[in-house]
Amino acid sequence: MEDKLILNGHEFTSRFILGSGKYSLELIKAAVENAGAQIITLALRRAQGGETENILDYIPKNVTLLPNTSGARNADEAVRIARLAREMGCGDFVKIEAIRDTKYLLPDNYETLKATETLAKEGFVVMPYMYPDLNFARDLQNAGAACIMPLGSPIGSNKGLCTKEFIKILIDEIDLPIIVDAGIGRPSQACEAMEMGAAAVMANTAIATAGDVPAMAHAFKRAIEAGRAAYLAGMGSVVETGARASSPLTGFLHD
Amino acid sequence: MITLNGKQESENFATVTELLEKRGYRREIIVVEINGIIIKKEDYDTTAIKDGDTIEIVHFMGGGSVAFR
Amino acid sequence: MNHMEYMEGMEIIESDMLDKVISAMEAYDYDKYTERDVLLALSRDTLTPEDFGALLSPAALPYLEEMAQRAQRETRKHFGNSIAMFTPLYIANYCENYCIYCGFNCYNKIRRAKLTEEEIEREMAEIAKTGLQEILILTGESRKMSDVDYIASACAIAKKYFKVVGVEVYPMNSDEYAKLHKSGADFVTVFQETYNSDKYETLHLEGHKRIFPYRFYAQERAVMGGMRGVGFAALLGLDDFRKDAFATGMHAYLLQKKYPHAEIAFSCPRLRPILNNDKINPKDVHERQLLQVICAYRIFMPFAAITISTRECERFRDNVINIAATKISAGVDVGIGGHAGDKKGDEQFEISDSRNVDEVFEAIKNQGLQPVMSDYIYV
Repeated sequence: MEDKLILNGHEFTSRFILGSGKYSLELIKAAVENAGAQIITLALRRAQGGETENILDYIPKNVTLLPNTSGARNADEAVRIARLAREMGCGDFVKIEAIRDTKYLLPDNYETLKATETLAKEGFVVMPYMYPDLNFARDLQNAGAACIMPLGSPIGSNKGLCTKEFIKILIDEIDLPIIVDAGIGRPSQACEAMEMGAAAVMANTAIATAGDVPAMAHAFKRAIEAGRAAYLAGMGSVVETGARASSPLTGFLHD
Repeated sequence: MITLNGKQESENFATVTELLEKRGYRREIIVVEINGIIIKKEDYDTTAIKDGDTIEIVHFMGGGSVAFR
Repeated sequence: MNHMEYMEGMEIIESDMLDKVISAMEAYDYDKYTERDVLLALSRDTLTPEDFGALLSPAALPYLEEMAQRAQRETRKHFGNSIAMFTPLYIANYCENYCIYCGFNCYNKIRRAKLTEEEIEREMAEIAKTGLQEILILTGESRKMSDVDYIASACAIAKKYFKVVGVEVYPMNSDEYAKLHKSGADFVTVFQETYNSDKYETLHLEGHKRIFPYRFYAQERAVMGGMRGVGFAALLGLDDFRKDAFATGMHAYLLQKKYPHAEIAFSCPRLRPILNNDKINPKDVHERQLLQVICAYRIFMPFAAITISTRECERFRDNVINIAATKISAGVDVGIGGHAGDKKGDEQFEISDSRNVDEVFEAIKNQGLQPVMSDYIYV
């Protein structure tokens, strides 16, 4: 059986979601190809007119576009951006970002939930970026989210899995793909997230700001695949030894 | 007067199609919203632009909520 | 009477938990697990249902000591060194069911009785003098002789003498559980006995208990009725105990997932193997197997309460509270009346540990553990 990432019935063999910020247009294509990514996030911005080239010209056609709602400060704005993005005719995927803090860019869980409720009802494949909180993740699941996207650490910080223990709880408790988003700065961190059982990893800054962008995209691809393979293989066990000889706790048993 | 992407404009356009052509927009990669309502691509020819309209024209770009620091 | 069809008046709730548990149990093949699966399960921070299956498998028996060590760490992590004490009070033994293994069954010629409200009050006052603050009210399963109002009054009386009140009575509708909850009960225990519905049918020949799905959904209805916590159990040894223990764990696991606020408890009753029997039956539940099940429950759901029954002997109980059990009964009388006056009804089963409250209290302390009468503060 092929190992697939499934989002509302849409199947993907790659578990690496690439962010598209901070690249030159020429590098985007190479990054996507070297990442083996099948999903790429995009932002919606005002068009000035007269532009000769657009990012869409550089993204391979078989890649699923995941518009994000960056710029939205609340649910209403996120919903508006999502509807505009869908009108582009590039599918029903949307990554909800509702952020009212420009310093740390931490997601506003409450507004994110409201936007998720509305957009899921409208048939969107809703992928909410969120601060890892179990109760809130349950609410998102009930609201119809296609996955949960907890942050590893603040956006662009490259600090890795600061929220590791909380993401583990989501992986254990929520019956949706858990996709670690934000803060993943190195392939080893992406690998660790996958070893834990994350369904996918999203990364942007770490690749876009690398010395050799395509090479780093490829390094992430391999790290994510290695982590996934390790998760599926089942980690080797570490059991404290030394208790074998005697049976301090079970010596009382009869019959 | 219309408001186009946040800027006041005195130029008049009869339809959305005329605006897009005059300003060099590629219609396959943009979405047009007038007064908060999304205009379907097939309606560009027949949708009139009236005085006082607020028009947003958006497209995809690389990015997200990324920290530029 | 079709044991899968609801009887008139039985509430049907919307839930797919029964299908999920039964299909998981049917797919559970405990012979497929290896030593590696067991060690892998023991190395995980949080266990998956697959891991739980591995710990219940025969492959895990050689690792019982390791399981006990892990279980002890989990118990101490979640419960500290406290052991909760309580006693069951049987207020009636009338029963309309014919369950072939039970001493209360309606064809068994035993002395039937039901305590009046005054008698309940006297019994409870007497029990409260021992210092206990938690009580479990039990009846035989007769809606006619022990109706919901009768049980509700018993709960209201209990609330005067005890801080924590649980009930172990026939399954009810959610509005009836709500009524008991309003009267002071917070915990509901229902034993499914066996999750193998074919076997279930052959053991429960008459009465409302015959209806398998209505019994199965009792815990969920209790939570819907506002109860704080629910208890689960299979009577290990009635059928294939590994499958039944697996289903019991899955039932609790899925309920906790659906109702994260509900407190979860396990009981671990077993049918003892017949000793000195020449045939060794791999499905017999000896002490080792019972301890394996208890440890598997603990490691799979480390936050769940585990009660150890007086069906087990003093030695087993004292050791198990040091490993995985968190709750122990004391001063137990499974007949009707007898705490404050003469016994008026016969016992459900023979108990193995007849120590009184003081004796159990001392035994807990001697283990370096702390007996706790209740850890609830109602505001």
